[in-house]
This record gives sequence, C-alpha cells and structure tokens, in this order.
Amino acid sequence: MAYLIKGAHLVDPQVDLDEVLDVLIVDDKISCVGAHLEAPDAEVVDGSGKYLVPGLVDMHVHFRDPGFEYKETIATGARAATHGGFTDVATMPNTSPVTDSGSEIRYQIEQARMANLCHVRPMGALTSEQKGEALAEIGDMVVEGASAFSDDGHGVQSAGMMRTCMEYVSQFDRVVCAHCEVETLTNNGVVNEGRASTRLGMFGWPALGEELEIMRDIELARITGCDFHVCHISTARGLEYVRRAKAEGLPVTCEVTPHHLFLCEDDITDAYDTNLKMNPPLRTAEDAAAMREGILDGSIDCVVTDHAPHAAHEKDCEWEISYFGCVGLETSLPLMLANMVIPGRMSWQRMVEVMAINPRRLLRLAPVRIEAGSAADLTLIDPERIVHVTPEYLVGKSKNSAFLGLTLKGCACDVFVDGRRTLVDGEVAAS
Amino acid sequence: MLSVKHLIDTPSLTADDITQILDTARSFAEINSRKGIKKVPALRGRTIVNLFLEPSTRTRSSFELAEKRLSADTLNMGGSTSSVVKGESLADTIQTIDAMNVDMFVVRARLAGTPVKVMENTDAIVINAGDGKHQHPTQAMLDLYTIREHFGHLDGLNVAIVGDLAHSRVCGSLAPALKTMGANVTLVGPPTFLVDDPTYYGCPQTSDFDSVIPDMDVVYMLRVQLERMEGAAIPSKREYNRLYGLDSRRETMMRPDAIICHPGPMNRGMEINTEVADCKRSRILDQVTAGVATRMAEMYLLLGGESDGLSN
Repeated sequence: MAYLIKGAHLVDPQVDLDEVLDVLIVDDKISCVGAHLEAPDAEVVDGSGKYLVPGLVDMHVHFRDPGFEYKETIATGARAATHGGFTDVATMPNTSPVTDSGSEIRYQIEQARMANLCHVRPMGALTSEQKGEALAEIGDMVVEGASAFSDDGHGVQSAGMMRTCMEYVSQFDRVVCAHCEVETLTNNGVVNEGRASTRLGMFGWPALGEELEIMRDIELARITGCDFHVCHISTARGLEYVRRAKAEGLPVTCEVTPHHLFLCEDDITDAYDTNLKMNPPLRTAEDAAAMREGILDGSIDCVVTDHAPHAAHEKDCEWEISYFGCVGLETSLPLMLANMVIPGRMSWQRMVEVMAINPRRLLRLAPVRIEAGSAADLTLIDPERIVHVTPEYLVGKSKNSAFLGLTLKGCACDVFVDGRRTLVDGEVAAS
Repeated sequence: MLSVKHLIDTPSLTADDITQILDTARSFAEINSRKGIKKVPALRGRTIVNLFLEPSTRTRSSFELAEKRLSADTLNMGGSTSSVVKGESLADTIQTIDAMNVDMFVVRARLAGTPVKVMENTDAIVINAGDGKHQHPTQAMLDLYTIREHFGHLDGLNVAIVGDLAHSRVCGSLAPALKTMGANVTLVGPPTFLVDDPTYYGCPQTSDFDSVIPDMDVVYMLRVQLERMEGAAIPSKREYNRLYGLDSRRETMMRPDAIICHPGPMNRGMEINTEVADCKRSRILDQVTAGVATRMAEMYLLLGGESDGLSN
C-alpha cells in the first residue's frame, strides 16, 4: 500500500524540515520526501493547509487492561489514542495483575497487535505488585519489550527501595519514571492544599508532598546515574528543582499534562465536578503559568495526558469518594494547538519536540523522522478543524474528560502507523 | 424572599438574606416559647426529607422539631437504614426519593459537596445540614441569632473562633457569615489546626489565645474532633486544654459583657471546662433554642410558606 501526502507543511526539527512538500509512503516506510512527487499507484491524501509531523507519542496513559476492562481496554484506548492523533502510547503498569513481569508486557503488546491501531509501549512496574517492597522482574520485562519503568499511581515511599530500583535499572538503557508523592504528607488529600482545600472543605494535597520526592529522586539519580523522569509535574517549585538538576547535567527529565497546563484549582467550583479530581491535584494559577513557561523554555521535556479512564459511576458521586484522573488522549493535541501553537506562543517545532521527539527518546524508541527510510509513523494535523469536546466526540470507553463542553480549533485528521492509515479524515479505521 | 433558592453555604448569602432569616426566626422563637400550642400551619402539606448520611443528634432533632412546628410532613432517612449503606449511589437514592415528589431535602453528610450533588438530582429545595469539613450554614444562622439577641447587633463585634479550624464546617460557615454582617473575626488554634489558606477568610489567625481574649465580645469554642486526633495534630487532651481550653482563668480575662458559645457536643475538660460551660456568660443552651427557630425560618423562607401561615 502506498500513500502520497500532497502539499502538507512538514515540520521536523530533527531534519531541519519546515516547508511545504510531498511525502510518499510505501509499505511501512517513508519512501521519498520532495516537491511535486508523482506516484500513480499511491492513494493521494490532500495535505494542503495541514501540517505533517512525526507521529505523536503519549508516554503516560492508563489502559486498564488487564483487570479494569470496564474502564478501558487496550483496543478502546488505542482507538482514543488514534482519534487524538497518536501513533505511540506508553501504558502504565497499574493494571490487575500489576504489569510486573515479562508475560504481562507480552500480553499488552499482543493485545495492541490485535487492535492494530497504534503502537503500545508498555511500562513495567519498578517493584513487585507496585508495593514498593521488592524489585519487579525488570530485566525480564526489558527482554519482552518494556519501554520504561514506573510505579505510577504511587511514589516508591522508601528512599532505600527507590535507590535499589534506580541502581538496578541503571544496567539497562531505560528511564525510571516516578509519580512523586510523599504519602505521609498527602494523606487523605483530594485537592490542592491551600485556597482550594479551605474553600471546598476537604483535605489538602500539599505541593510539598510532590516536591520533596522530586528532590529525593534527583539526588538518587545523582548517586546511581540512572535516568530519572518526573511524571506529571505540577508545581513551580518542583519544576525549579528539575531545572537546577538539568543545569548541573544530571540525567533528569520531566513531563506535564494538559490539565496542569491549562486548568488550576480555581476551576474547581462549588459544583464539585469530579472530572477535575486528579492526582497530583490541579494546582494554583501561578503553578499552571510556570508549567506553560517550562514547556516553552525546555525545562519540561514532554506533554503527556495521564489518560485515566473511569466508569461513569466512579465519577458520578461525591468528590471525596470519586476516583482520581481524567481521560486526555483526544483533547491533548487540540488543547496544545488552541492554547499554545495557533496563538503563536509555541512554535510547531517545539510542539513536535514535546509531543513526538522527546517522548520517543525517553521510551528508547527508534527516532521517526520525516525523511526517506524512516518508519511511516506520521500525524497529519488540520489547524482549522473544530473539535467540540462532548461525550460523543470521545471514542474511548470512558468519558471523564476535564474539558467537556469546550470547543477547540485544530486537531489530527490523519494518522499513519507503519504506513497504515489508522485515522482517516478524522475517523478511526477499523482494527 | 432570599436571594438563594437553596441553603448550601454562607458565602452565597447576602447581609439582607441573613437579616431576613434572623428577623423571621424571631417570630418563630416567640411561637416556640409559648406555653400552649407550639405549632403553626405554615408548611402544611409540604413534604420534607431529612437525609442524614452521618450520625447527628442535635441537628437532626432540631430540624425535626422545626418541621413539626411548621406542620410539614417529614420523612427521616439515613443511618443504618440508609440505602447508601447498602451500596446505592447518592444519585440513585435522591432520584428515588425525588420520584415520590417531595418538596425539600435536609442533607447531612460526611462528604463535602454532597448537598450540591443532591441538588443536581432533584427539583426539590436543598438545605445543607453539614457536609464534611465544608459548610454548616444552619449552625451559623443559629449562632448569629444567639449573638445578635445578646448584643442587639452584629456589626463591629469582635469574635474569636477557637479550635480545630482546618477541619471545621462550623468555622467554614460562621466566619464568612460574621464577616458579611460586619463583625471582626479572629481565628485561634494551634498551628496544626489553622486553615490551609490563611488569606481565605480575610481574618487574622493566631496561636496566642490569651492575647486576644481581652478584646473579644464573643469567644466561640469549637469542638475538637476526638476521632481526628490520630496523626497527632495535638499531643494530648491535657495539653490542648492547658493551651487552648476555655477555663476560669481565661474566662476572667473576658470583657464584662462578653459571651461564650459552643456548637456542641462539648468535650468538657478539653476545649471547655465545666465551670465555664455552665457560667452565666455561656449562651450554649440559647444556641440550641435558637436552632429550632432559625431552622423554621430558613425552611419557611425557602419554601415560600403561606403569608398567613404564622397565625394559627
């Protein structure tokens, strides 16, 4: 099968590409990039007015499979990812059973192959059953294709255990991704400690609970030499620690979610909309501004969704007993386009770095470049297409979006994964 | 007419709303103090559901009496008979009762925001009878009533609210309501009990109880939630009493006409000592009395009781 994408604006800072050209895809590879390409056998895709970028990667999603298939499966999650413009996602290991052995990694990769939409790059747990007590079979998982390691959902509470994890992982070429939370500080916290916890009358989740563990793990990265990545960073001070570590040349990176970029604690009104309950919680407006600054100045390496599907009955209840998290795969790119790229705050190049190049590097995947010979994993973006964020728009299994009701301009219209067109003019292809 | 359709929190109430409630409560207080029939037909034929999802004695009794004295029909739900205990979601519980066509829900819940979730699932009017650590507006109204009855006004009064402020729905409702009425509020407690955002209420916070007592017209002692002692926010009952308890030494430091309030139930020997709880400054039982009248006023105003309903 061949596709000829005609006249799209190609953006790929890896090969200094920023111009309108044609791209010919043959089978699973980019065969040719150039002006006025002809390929009589290829299906032509009109790229005029659109942007073609290396396929987007979300390195932090929860697909709930195995164990919580009523929220999302690898197949339904892959549909949502494709609809959102992604070619690759990294799934977090807090499944049931926990993804802490090679066979669990193999299961996910096999399910993804059957879904045949996007690449699923499972992350393995750092500790057995994510209990923070004993090493998981990390080497076994590396052999089966684990992309990185994390106990996401919890921080590894013991500093000694985390040191062991990082020392052990340092023998493999893999990154340790940490959900940073000192649980003795966050306790029963369900909203940011401060104005929100006071106004809403609920236990606070203090910024310090995140920052202290970021600080600890940066120091552990220093002595172990292990690559360390901070998951869903949310506070200005925490980001400052990362910034300083980078300046020192330590192997430290971090990611941010669209909800921590574009929402804050003040958005939680007296209606107690549980779709705004996440972990870490929405922080102050100043923190959100610092996140937007950090994604522009290079302190933050990538945008991830922390896509966290939950069934309606797990969210349609009182805030304190509702589950943490919101879905995000189908709003991530539209939010970045509408808030950052199209208004000119962020360049297309930077968007490609934080949504494709950097996460691919952190997951130790082969680079995808818009050049002949590269894997044909590509996302075509229509900056004019309107997205109404409604339950009907969301094709994943769960509808718990923090952005329901929003109208956004700009989204993916076509996606190619190994040369297969998985998103066709906004519609997800059949598996 | 109140500016709000439901009584969920006090920051939503205007000074005029509060004044209306307190003035109306006065008429009901008169009815409640009658020797004879303490009942008016104001809410005859209206159905009120008391949905108490966490244990409560005084608030529940107060509401029930208030409803009976207004001639409303009542239905009590909650506790061990509650369907919520059986695993039904709040939305389903409310929709089920709503299908029986009721006029009002009085909601007490362990979880903050529950009254709003109730509102989303019914057309009936909702009164918040205390939700988690969030709000307890009907407590605030009875407190304001009690204080106003003593001083004749609320503006310019100095009020200290003392105790576990961070976890107190009483403080959450009382402090904003006092501010709306022009009183000066000072929050007092150990640093581990102060509110997370000291700027939220726009009033000073201090851990030096003795220094503020001489300036106060009202010393409002909060109940220490003994069940929340775990996690060691304070080391012991004895130490708390010594540093923050209202004892006779502190009582003698108060202004001559200053009063003592407490929402109950009291931990005698902890936040308040017996000799003070029962002294003549204490308005603690007046607060309880005011609770029935102010709750009658709130239900009456929200349900738009008949204009001639006050006579019988």
